[in-house]
Amino acid sequence: MPEFNLTCPVIAPAGDRVLMAHGGGGRLMHQLIERVFLLEFSSPPRGPLHDGAVLRLDGLRLAFTTDSYVVRPLEFPGGDIGNLAVYGTVNDLAMCGARPLYLSAGFILEEGLEMETLRRVVRSMREAAARVGVALVTGDTKVVDRGKGDGIFINTAGVGLVEAPVEIGPAAVRAGDAVIVSGDLGAHGVAVLSVREGLEFASPVVSDAAPLWEPVAALLKAGLEVHCLRDLTRGGLASALNEIAAGAGAGIEIREAAVPVTEAVQGACEILGLDPLYVANEGRFVAFLPEREAERALVVLRTQAVSAAAARIGTVTAAGRGVVTLTSRIGGRRVLDMLSGEQLPRIC
Amino acid sequence: MKFVDEYRDAGAVGRLTQELARRVTRPWTIMEVCGGQTHTIVKSGLEGLLPPAITLVHGPGCPVCVTPVELIDKAVAIASRPEVIFCSFGDMLRVPGSRSSLLEAKAAGADVRMVYSPLDALKLARANPGREVVFFAVGFETTAPANAMGVWQAEREGLANFSILVAHVLVPPAIEAILSSPNRRIDAFLAAGHVCTVMGYEEYEPIAQRYRVPIVVTGFEPLDLLEGIFMAVAQLEDGRAEVENQYRRAVRREGNRPAQQRVAEVFEVSARKWRGIGEIPSSGLRLRERYRRFDAETRFGVAEAGIEEAGECIAGLVLQGIKKPFECPAFGARCTPETPLGAPMVSSEGACAAYYHYGKRPHA
Amino acid sequence: MCLAVPGKIVGIEEQEEASLRRATVDFGGIRKEVSLAFTPEAAPGDYVLVHVGFALNVVDEGEAQKIFEMLREMEELGGQEESSP
Repeated sequence: MPEFNLTCPVIAPAGDRVLMAHGGGGRLMHQLIERVFLLEFSSPPRGPLHDGAVLRLDGLRLAFTTDSYVVRPLEFPGGDIGNLAVYGTVNDLAMCGARPLYLSAGFILEEGLEMETLRRVVRSMREAAARVGVALVTGDTKVVDRGKGDGIFINTAGVGLVEAPVEIGPAAVRAGDAVIVSGDLGAHGVAVLSVREGLEFASPVVSDAAPLWEPVAALLKAGLEVHCLRDLTRGGLASALNEIAAGAGAGIEIREAAVPVTEAVQGACEILGLDPLYVANEGRFVAFLPEREAERALVVLRTQAVSAAAARIGTVTAAGRGVVTLTSRIGGRRVLDMLSGEQLPRIC
Repeated sequence: MKFVDEYRDAGAVGRLTQELARRVTRPWTIMEVCGGQTHTIVKSGLEGLLPPAITLVHGPGCPVCVTPVELIDKAVAIASRPEVIFCSFGDMLRVPGSRSSLLEAKAAGADVRMVYSPLDALKLARANPGREVVFFAVGFETTAPANAMGVWQAEREGLANFSILVAHVLVPPAIEAILSSPNRRIDAFLAAGHVCTVMGYEEYEPIAQRYRVPIVVTGFEPLDLLEGIFMAVAQLEDGRAEVENQYRRAVRREGNRPAQQRVAEVFEVSARKWRGIGEIPSSGLRLRERYRRFDAETRFGVAEAGIEEAGECIAGLVLQGIKKPFECPAFGARCTPETPLGAPMVSSEGACAAYYHYGKRPHA
Repeated sequence: MCLAVPGKIVGIEEQEEASLRRATVDFGGIRKEVSLAFTPEAAPGDYVLVHVGFALNVVDEGEAQKIFEMLREMEELGGQEESSP
């Protein structure tokens, strides 16, 4: 019988290069931010990282945010890099409880890009901005050599006026708060992947890319005490919940059966070996409110088209600081961890 | 989804766990030999619903985890060649070799692409006649038929620029190796359902007899695993040691003959080294002489890479079910999914990664 | 390992060479092209288990039901909750 050679001959990787995984929205990305960016850009200390910065200026509370868009393919069912660039930044402002007002747009174009593609993207941005009521007031254009860019990269920065009476963010989250998600998950990630992987659908999965100020404004107008908002982007629901749990120093418990996922998205995730809880969204957010406000919040959210499928998925707990736990469909429990890098589809 | 959702039904799971609790009278240790099964167990929190007398351990059922370091090094060497398009399943991309992983090679400029099927690699070969397309043929018997078809089609079409780097491993020799180990504490096995869809389960019968161990061919959904565990426990409580089939909707005793035939035509059995365990005779596949020109190791003449030992990773003990991941001193500290020391932490189906992600940490 | 997902055959593309036979398979609304090289008996309407682009077997629907029948029987028979230590 074979002699067992019980060693594992592995050296830990040197980690001296940036990997795709550093952009995945997971733990590696957070490590990069902490160890490289925050190390240098840490004045003044801003507290837990949130989607945008809230700044006081002459008695006004301004929200300020920036985001870059590198999606490939440039156009996909339900959206394109243009309207993503508008909605993404608008949504970061909305998550601070701020009415979005002005955007800038910086373009990095790849030599050889078809002018017609650029025109379509820009038209799409105009329509998106008009839909939201923001003005695109300044911008920049650069062109890089063929092969040095994916057609178009866009950076948008945005400014808004905070309308929420109290600062919204992880620090305001309390034990007992209800966790609400604004709609079904994973549509954006699946829509983008479906183009990349050549998946066909009986009825196509369309990206959920959408502006989120209206539902947030409705919650504020209804006088609801909103503690925290976070839009779900890369890394999906799981990443957002982990970030908030860490920022709040609290635990979060959710029920898998309560998380809305459409059958088409579920099917795509099954065959691609993905978990919908980690798939990207572009028009969904989580909200944290006191338990007593949960029912009313759901009623308000469901009056808006973009949050018609809002659902209560869990609760904040005092115990389990920084950890998100999930009760599975069959009643078992597990930790819903942060992604390490990118979600690599399981094949085997 | 049909044939999926009904096997995740909480009510059905509840009823079967109750029945299981009634049946158990003594502690039993059951090993499942498939990363997909490990994944389901940990993801659904199934173990927490079982009677405490039942212990589940996870075997070397993740082909990613057991692929030897030298093969990763060869993959990286081949991928780094400018004429090569290197294709691989997602999980293999992060596994560390002795110096680098495929993902790191990609970051340094290698053309490494993730694919979902060997047929995708064939498409790339047809579309890029000026490049060499290499496919990383990792997997158990489940994936061998697809890889065999890839090579068979390449030969038929006269594709000169397609080759595969073979890392196929076979399950029954691994089970035997574990059972024959003096440290063995396994009472029963859950055999990998989809491996048996291809191979059938005749070859497990002599093993069950020789070692007096129940072996239950089991599926991948929570209800499948629960039923497989139930059947194993029933055998143990009755003092039986047979091969039974839980996964009847997908497995027949003789398996899939056309698939087996294609594999036998293209591949032959060979010895293989299992990372963390060592060499097990007749436990792998290699291309037959007739198809040897599609073998990437031969085509690219990759030299043996040097291996450096890092004693801290106890992957071998974990893969044999002798230790649980959190009993490893490096687990969760020096060894995390972001900084893995060994393969079971890299693969999303490796026991260590599963335990880490789903929170089975002693200090969490 | 061996992620294989069940889907329904909605169309078959016959070929002269049986090994090259392909099908369109529907997975809860998503359609994919799948090779039927290893399931020559597969017919439209059948459910197949698909792994890395190949159908590995036709799902036996009769067998698939048996566990649910067994559970129903258990429920009918086992009224009493008996938990002996």
